[in-house]
Amino acid sequence: MIHSLFLINASGDIFLEKHWKSVVSRSVCDYFFEAQERATEPENVPPVIPTPHHYLISVLRHHIYFVAVIQSEVPPLFVIEFLHRVVDTFQDYFGVCTEAAIKDNVVVVYELLEEMLDNGFPLATESNILKELIKPPTILRTMVNTITGSTNVGEQLPTGQLSVVPWRRTGVKYTNNEAYFDVVEEIDAIIDKSGSTITAEIQGVIDACVKLTGMPDLTLSFMNPRLLDDVSFHPCVRFKRWEAERILSFIPPDGNFRLLSYHVSSQNLVAIPVYVKHNITFREGSSQGRFDLTLGPKQTMGKAVESVLVSSQLPRGVLNANLNPSQGTYTFDPVTKLLTWDVGKINPQKLPSLKGTMSLQAGASKPDENPTINIQFKIQQMAISGLKVNRLDMYGEKYKPFKGIKYMTKAGKFQAGLPDKWTLEYIKTELLHKEIRIN
Amino acid sequence: MSASSAFNDEKGGSSSVGEPEYGHDPASGGIFSSDYKRHDDLKEMLDSNKDSLKLEAMKRIVAMIARGKNASDLFPAVVKNVACKNIEVKKLVYVYLVRYAEEQQDLALLSISTFQRGLKDPNQLIRASALRVLSSIRVTIIVPIMMLAIKEAASDMSPYVRKTAAHAIPKLYSLDPEQKDQLIEVIEKLLADKTTLVAGSVVMAFEEVCPERIDLIHKNYRKLCNLLIDVEEWGQVVIINMLTRYARTQFLNPNINESLLEEGGSGDKTFYGSDEDEDEDEEEKEKKAEVAAMAKRKPYVMDPDHRLLLRNTKPLLQSRNAAVVMAVAQLYFHLAPKAEVGVIAKALVRLLRSHSEVQYVVLQNVATMSIKRRGMFEPYLKSFYIRSTDPTQIKVLKLEVLTNLANETNISTILREFQTYIKSMDKDFVAATIQAIGRCATNISEVRDTCLNGLVQLLSNRDELVVAESVVVIKKLLQMQPEKHSDIIKHMAKLTDNIQVPMARASILWLIGEYCEHVPKIAPDVLRKMAKSFTNEEDIVKLQIINLAAKLYLTNSKQTKLLTQYVLNLAKYDQNYDIRDRARFIRQLIVPTEKSGALSKYAKKLFLALKPAPVLESPFKDRDHFQLGSLSHLLNAKAGGYQELPDWPEAAPDPSVRNVEVKESVPEWTKCSSREKRKEKKVEKPFYTDSEGESGPTESADSESDSATGSESSSGSEESGSGSESEESKEASESEEEEEEEEEEEKKKKKKDLKKPVQESERGVFLQTIAPSSTLKSYELLHRITGEGLSVEYCFSRQPFSPDANMVAVQMQFTNNASSDTKNLHIEDVKLQSGMRVKEFPEIELLPAGETATAVMGIDFCDSTQAANFQLCTHTRKFFVSIQPPVGELMRPVFLTENEFKKEQGQLMGMNEITEKLTLDVKCRNEHTIVQRVTTAANLSRVPCGSDKECRFAGRTVTSGSLVLVTVATKEEGAAQLTVNCEKMVIGTMLVKDILQALTQ
Repeated sequence: MIHSLFLINASGDIFLEKHWKSVVSRSVCDYFFEAQERATEPENVPPVIPTPHHYLISVLRHHIYFVAVIQSEVPPLFVIEFLHRVVDTFQDYFGVCTEAAIKDNVVVVYELLEEMLDNGFPLATESNILKELIKPPTILRTMVNTITGSTNVGEQLPTGQLSVVPWRRTGVKYTNNEAYFDVVEEIDAIIDKSGSTITAEIQGVIDACVKLTGMPDLTLSFMNPRLLDDVSFHPCVRFKRWEAERILSFIPPDGNFRLLSYHVSSQNLVAIPVYVKHNITFREGSSQGRFDLTLGPKQTMGKAVESVLVSSQLPRGVLNANLNPSQGTYTFDPVTKLLTWDVGKINPQKLPSLKGTMSLQAGASKPDENPTINIQFKIQQMAISGLKVNRLDMYGEKYKPFKGIKYMTKAGKFQAGLPDKWTLEYIKTELLHKEIRIN
Repeated sequence: MSASSAFNDEKGGSSSVGEPEYGHDPASGGIFSSDYKRHDDLKEMLDSNKDSLKLEAMKRIVAMIARGKNASDLFPAVVKNVACKNIEVKKLVYVYLVRYAEEQQDLALLSISTFQRGLKDPNQLIRASALRVLSSIRVTIIVPIMMLAIKEAASDMSPYVRKTAAHAIPKLYSLDPEQKDQLIEVIEKLLADKTTLVAGSVVMAFEEVCPERIDLIHKNYRKLCNLLIDVEEWGQVVIINMLTRYARTQFLNPNINESLLEEGGSGDKTFYGSDEDEDEDEEEKEKKAEVAAMAKRKPYVMDPDHRLLLRNTKPLLQSRNAAVVMAVAQLYFHLAPKAEVGVIAKALVRLLRSHSEVQYVVLQNVATMSIKRRGMFEPYLKSFYIRSTDPTQIKVLKLEVLTNLANETNISTILREFQTYIKSMDKDFVAATIQAIGRCATNISEVRDTCLNGLVQLLSNRDELVVAESVVVIKKLLQMQPEKHSDIIKHMAKLTDNIQVPMARASILWLIGEYCEHVPKIAPDVLRKMAKSFTNEEDIVKLQIINLAAKLYLTNSKQTKLLTQYVLNLAKYDQNYDIRDRARFIRQLIVPTEKSGALSKYAKKLFLALKPAPVLESPFKDRDHFQLGSLSHLLNAKAGGYQELPDWPEAAPDPSVRNVEVKESVPEWTKCSSREKRKEKKVEKPFYTDSEGESGPTESADSESDSATGSESSSGSEESGSGSESEESKEASESEEEEEEEEEEEKKKKKKDLKKPVQESERGVFLQTIAPSSTLKSYELLHRITGEGLSVEYCFSRQPFSPDANMVAVQMQFTNNASSDTKNLHIEDVKLQSGMRVKEFPEIELLPAGETATAVMGIDFCDSTQAANFQLCTHTRKFFVSIQPPVGELMRPVFLTENEFKKEQGQLMGMNEITEKLTLDVKCRNEHTIVQRVTTAANLSRVPCGSDKECRFAGRTVTSGSLVLVTVATKEEGAAQLTVNCEKMVIGTMLVKDILQALTQ
């Protein structure tokens, strides 16, 4: 299974190593650096790299490569999934997962890694169990610890590990019992130049923050569960109950967790909340190009579209852009040719627009690439699929918890302005066409 | 003094963990001697008697280890603290010890006694961690101590310690492989463990130590299948992968008949062949014919254990863990009947929304699967469309999948999609797209011309790389039908002036040489130009120039003789020896001299032989001989420790090896305290609930909490789809007879309670008057032929069952049609869904031949239509029978007034109300028949009602007492509206269906 782990930052320094079996020299990472050099982009480093004696399986998160060294056959996803779980745990513990955070908390990191794997096989990966074993560092605790010399390490075996509900510790107590659920949906769409949708998909998650005393047993039901096409659950959800009644029934872990991720069935028409009108033209022979882009809301059920950010990769021939936004600010990076426009909130009365000219490289021919436009946005208090939670009930405990449900829609991979699709049939040159007929 | 002040400095600066170390990196200019000195500080801190100082020192040491700095010289100072009271110091010492013990074996031995003491500690946490560290110390001298410790821990009372023991097994094995035999014994013992905690770890140990000992799994197979859903995620992956291999050795190929059919059809290669490899030698064929004959003789029946595995893994497709989903997917791909494999596609497509590394691995596997089972992913075609933000390696893989999925119907969409990709700025990806178009063109002849034309159009693209790649692909396509496309060859000949990419130039030259007869005028001219630029060309281009020259010399020597001579002369003095060799070789072959041998006669045949067109095929073809999801599959090379996926056996090995003896197994840890024991049981609980083949991942929690609402609703949930499921669960329960000791005991107790004969209570008589009498429908429980003379019918008597009001009374009528007496009729071995209960009828001692006897038994169906399965036993035989209640029998009538009815109905609105419009049957348009039919369908009582257009009925479910209200409102011409209000939606829905049927037929 997993032999060793190396953490490598963006500049190629190995800043942490951990071995679960005998020590593997860090020179094994040279193979990784080689592959890194060959890859043009950081995300193009192959996740699995074979070397003469080992295999390197890596994930890239937060500009840090987590490189696991393995020696023999193991499902690659097993390792990848575990590495992501490690990153999630770090994020959970330190708020962020950066090189600085890891270096500052190197001892906690080491203790965590020690608990998460035994001889390369995952031991405790549930955050509830880990938090009982090793308490997350807080400013207060760090101070207390330095004064009293007490520790971050839990003194007892996590009770969860032995119970039938391994994800929840026993003896949880809160004075305010509350359960919050966030329904967050992301819409992925590709929209062509004429504004018609090529593909659109909605994916959603329900993230929960549950702070309830004792062993509550929750059920969550939807008004329209049929919308959910494909779901994956936190292990706490009773699968059979979902199968039969489309009700989520579960004993929640304590704290934050992702209850469910889902995909909305593609049969349902996806409402596209924004539209883009754009016109980018280059004239042959001229060193100027025109840029004109307008955004507007569409099918938002009266909710405001917020935090709008438009970005577009302009053609290589563009030297600079001189644009005038009706609101927000824009930047153009002449090196990467990336145009970003931070729009903010869309006001339906006064639609935001970005107009102006682009200067082209002198003598360059007319750029042929039609830039795609990526859009990000947020809509509060709405789930674009129309998913609605019907009710949330609690069994098994006497008190009345405070319950809250929040909806939000975000743009996932939202691309507009792809070129009109052309078909091969149209592009035949006439000459060729004739000749083929003759043959 | 100076030392202490330095140490104070350290302390001041180190309020945040490990910080100071980072400031003093040797690279940033630290001097070695000062580094050394600091180690002295650390030693001093470790020797002090303050825990806080020790902790601080250990933290700094761990920080050093983390950065890969050598801290081994501190070993003696650190190892002293192994017995430190402070738990964090102790843990950090363990970290240090495990890291450096290998290098300092002698000193490491000093710590062993501490761990040996720890192994005997009353606290299971300490026992476990002592074993963990002890087994992690890689010092060969302590192998016997480790072995002893593992053996002891394997029969520890704490499952956590046993889990640790399982983890220790591969550690010891890697340290000393000679311990294998002893370790296998421990594995065998731990495999029998019934806790979910241990299952995953011990299978991991099994896979590392003795994966070939498949025989150890037999007895534990069913248990592992049933525990699976409650095992932690990582264990699930390991178990599923192992069971895939196991199943391949024990069961028959479920697709055997289909694969034979397909192969018999024609040599159609694009279709998936049999699951075996495609070796087509005679022997193989013969063997298959044999198998075919065998298959004909015996139709394929899936082993129930095979089915058990498929059924129990399926819910895990919904896991959040990508590795688990992948494991199940590969299990289905390798083991499931073809018709069932489809379910994995959706789950795999879901994984494509995960991190890019996950996508990368999943796409590799999808690519392999899509070659064999294209239909599976076709509905998800759009999910493989490429986004400009995808990393290149993902794009290329998606392209591969799209190409595999292309067929006559979807090719136009795919090609359109490809065309947008060609405009991408990612040039590697564009090149891959052009290759993909080429492959589509070869596979689907309908679009070959369209693709070719499109590619030719790309030749005028501004990007040279695009052009070059197109040339290469066009070359391959043209090779299939060159005579049709001489104009394209001409066009390409013109390109030699502009195109610079060597591979493209070489391809064009090869094409012209190969088809010089189609372009007799242009070819010599191209050679002339090439001869001019020969010295500046790349090596591969030079080689092709020589080839072109040779071919032209052979076909058109008049025009090209001198040119060829010139080229060969240039090549003779080339720097590259390959080119020199080639020139010499060709000169000998084509230019006839007196020395040249017999070969030159055949030169033309040699050079201008018809070359077979290249087959453009997926690099993922045939990759599925590696187990999917494995590292070896991903790399397409066998990784160390990879276990080959065996072929299906031709005849199934004896399935009875998986049967397990029922034993009142006395746990070995009887000596443990009662409190510990209770814990133990708790852990095992999910297993029992699960052996019903029914409970969800956490159903165990339900049975524990035991709150009335919880258990009811969960059982209600099991109703839908009961038709198929009940059959399955029966199958499952049959296979798991042995694991039901606990329940059996309970039943025995119940039996004792039920000695009194059943009597009707007064209340029952009263209720009887309310419920309109209706003929009771009887069902057959046992046919006289299958029962060997004994026939049994049952009906739902609709009488309250006096021993337990929550049970439905089932009246059974036994008829002995045989010529001999039947004795000791009784029930055994009841298999029930969780929550259900049964009161058996008292044993019928004697049923003489030709006689009939009746008995009443009670069943608590928990308000669900799940079947109650049991065995009906006589003194000689046992019969498996099952009783499944119609939903209408799960209720008992209640008397309500009109007002009460309306009030209750008002509270059961919304989701609890189901309304259905219907047209009444012609014979059923008067009130009387409506009432009769409804009350026959469901055990309800009529509620008096003022209106004659409405009939109302009321009842309560037997177990939970939930109200069931039914209203039938009639309108003109037999139109009517049926409304059912019931808190239990499932009951309501099913009841609507039943009443609807009763009223319309």
